[in-house]
Amino acid sequence: MKTLLVGEYRKGQLRDSCYELIAFAEKLGADSTLFLVGSPTDLPRTDGTLYLADVAKYGEFNPEAHKQLLLDVVAREQPDAVVFSHSSYGWDLAPRLALALKAAQISEVVDVVDGSFVVPSCNSKLRREVKAKTAVSVITVQVGAFNPGEPSGTPTVVALDTDAVGSLEFVGYETAEKGGVDLTKAEIIVSAGRGIGKKDNVELIARLAEALGGEYAASRPVVDAEWVEHNRQVGSTGQSVSPKLYLACGISGAVQHLAGMKRSEYVVAINTDRDAPIGEVADVLVVADLLQFVPVLTEKIKAL
Amino acid sequence: MKILVCIKQVPDMESKFRINGAGTWYDESDLAWRINEYDEYAVEQGVRLKEQVADAELVVLSIGPDRVKEVIKKALAMGGDRGVHVKDDAAFAKDSFEIASIVAEYAQKESFDVIFTGMQSQDRASAQVGVYLAEMLGLPSVSTIVDFSYADGTVTASRELEGGLKAVVKVATPALFTCQLGLNTPRYPTLPNIMKAKKKELLTVEVAELLKVDERVETSRVYFPERKGGGLVLEGDVGEMADRLIALLKEKTTVL
Ligand SMILES: Cc1cc2nc3c(=O)[nH]c(=O)nc-3n(C[C@H](O)[C@H](O)[C@H](O)COP(=O)(O)OP(=O)(O)OC[C@H]3O[C@@H](n4cnc5c(N)ncnc54)[C@H](O)[C@@H]3O)c2cc1C
Repeated sequence: MKTLLVGEYRKGQLRDSCYELIAFAEKLGADSTLFLVGSPTDLPRTDGTLYLADVAKYGEFNPEAHKQLLLDVVAREQPDAVVFSHSSYGWDLAPRLALALKAAQISEVVDVVDGSFVVPSCNSKLRREVKAKTAVSVITVQVGAFNPGEPSGTPTVVALDTDAVGSLEFVGYETAEKGGVDLTKAEIIVSAGRGIGKKDNVELIARLAEALGGEYAASRPVVDAEWVEHNRQVGSTGQSVSPKLYLACGISGAVQHLAGMKRSEYVVAINTDRDAPIGEVADVLVVADLLQFVPVLTEKIKAL
Repeated sequence: MKILVCIKQVPDMESKFRINGAGTWYDESDLAWRINEYDEYAVEQGVRLKEQVADAELVVLSIGPDRVKEVIKKALAMGGDRGVHVKDDAAFAKDSFEIASIVAEYAQKESFDVIFTGMQSQDRASAQVGVYLAEMLGLPSVSTIVDFSYADGTVTASRELEGGLKAVVKVATPALFTCQLGLNTPRYPTLPNIMKAKKKELLTVEVAELLKVDERVETSRVYFPERKGGGLVLEGDVGEMADRLIALLKEKTTVL
């Protein structure tokens, strides 16, 4: 089996996720070749062939040109699978490439079992085992699912070029305002999920955080509803935190949320749903209505 | 301007799921069904665009059994002009490539200037259909948008990346956009609008008329993940659980 692994660049730098792709290819027992729209100044530390197109020329977000560059490499290398991270770059490009190659596309692979790919469904409450019915497949692998080894080596670079132009004009990057709190340094985080129900209840979470001497945070829906400001969002599109204690209140445990809190030392989840996927990562799952439990816990902690 | 919004009906994710008899998906009985969260943002953006440009028509399309008419009607009550129901009792078994092909087959007959889909469904979560559809129709697409503005045939959209970063892009219509959470605040349909929606056209098309391809991904098995976590589960009296938790925090962490 032969895989073509597609690395990513972001703001002029290689993203570490390419090492997860290498780990995935190793799990498949595949020979792999790398593809990157990047720059020779920041290359993956690995041996083997790396097809490199110049990011200064093609840009980091220019899917049509990247697709054409990939198609050229696929024609040369004839891989059995083209592998992306399941990231904003990967899920945008993978279906484009799959359609052009008449290949099956499989998203968000978390495991490989007897040649079938395992993907989560229904907010990780279910697992699906799927197989490609085409000879070539295009795969995205869930970020964090395949643990990379210590990177080492020097790739043999093959330069790429294309005349393809994209129909999108890249205007620029926007960064969410940080400021205020630095959750990355907090030792105790109490986080509010959609289960808090309404904005007024954020107060309950903030009070518990205060009683514990920590910070409060939130999952995405709470931020999208503007109940809590964006700089307190934990997750793949928010902050990555690593506190000694993470208290997830009314949070289901979607992968994108877990991505931001999985380095927490001790995780307590408060949820009415005993089957909520957050139970998978929690050291303690308190099955309770947070509106009842959190105030009681807060009072008891204050009384200590 | 002609606008298409593609929507899906999904179960409430807090449901108690059961596996179907064939072991290939969840059992569809006894579930509370909703509009896919991501698609609700797509409908809202479609309605806002329609309100902005005079002389626009907004078509809402959904594939599935008869019950999906409910979500079409909701979208019509939010401001859609007419609905298309592609009737398919086995929609759950189709892969993203088939679903996108069905929509593409329909969309080819009407030239849409702007198409919105959700970035993914909450149940399958493949994040493929929108981008596939654009490629099939030969349209440019921008996925995972969290901001959208239109002026004189050009859309400026913010595409959400990881870690709080966004990429701002411009693209000329016709084009397709897949919508991410937080793009806007979806409106609640008002009662008068719900009543009005009942009179709007809702065309039903049999899936066989639109499906011209075979699946490319096969599902062999669906199951519940093994509980590997092995964490402690506390149930019962709130006060007692709080005491238990405090004792645990004292024992296992250094925070108390
Ligand atoms: C590309 C992408 C990026 C994303 N980035 C992020 C991100 O950075 N951060 C993030 O959080 N999400 C992110 N998401 C969204 C993510 O997929 C989930 O939708 C989100 O995390 C769900 O938030 P939640 O758990 O608060 O809400 P839900 O999934 O709605 O869960 C609510 C939970 O509360 C429980 N509950 C309800 N009432 C109560 C009560 N009274 N007491 C106790 N429990 C209760 C329910 O049982 C349920 O488990 C992203 C999604 C995508 C597609």
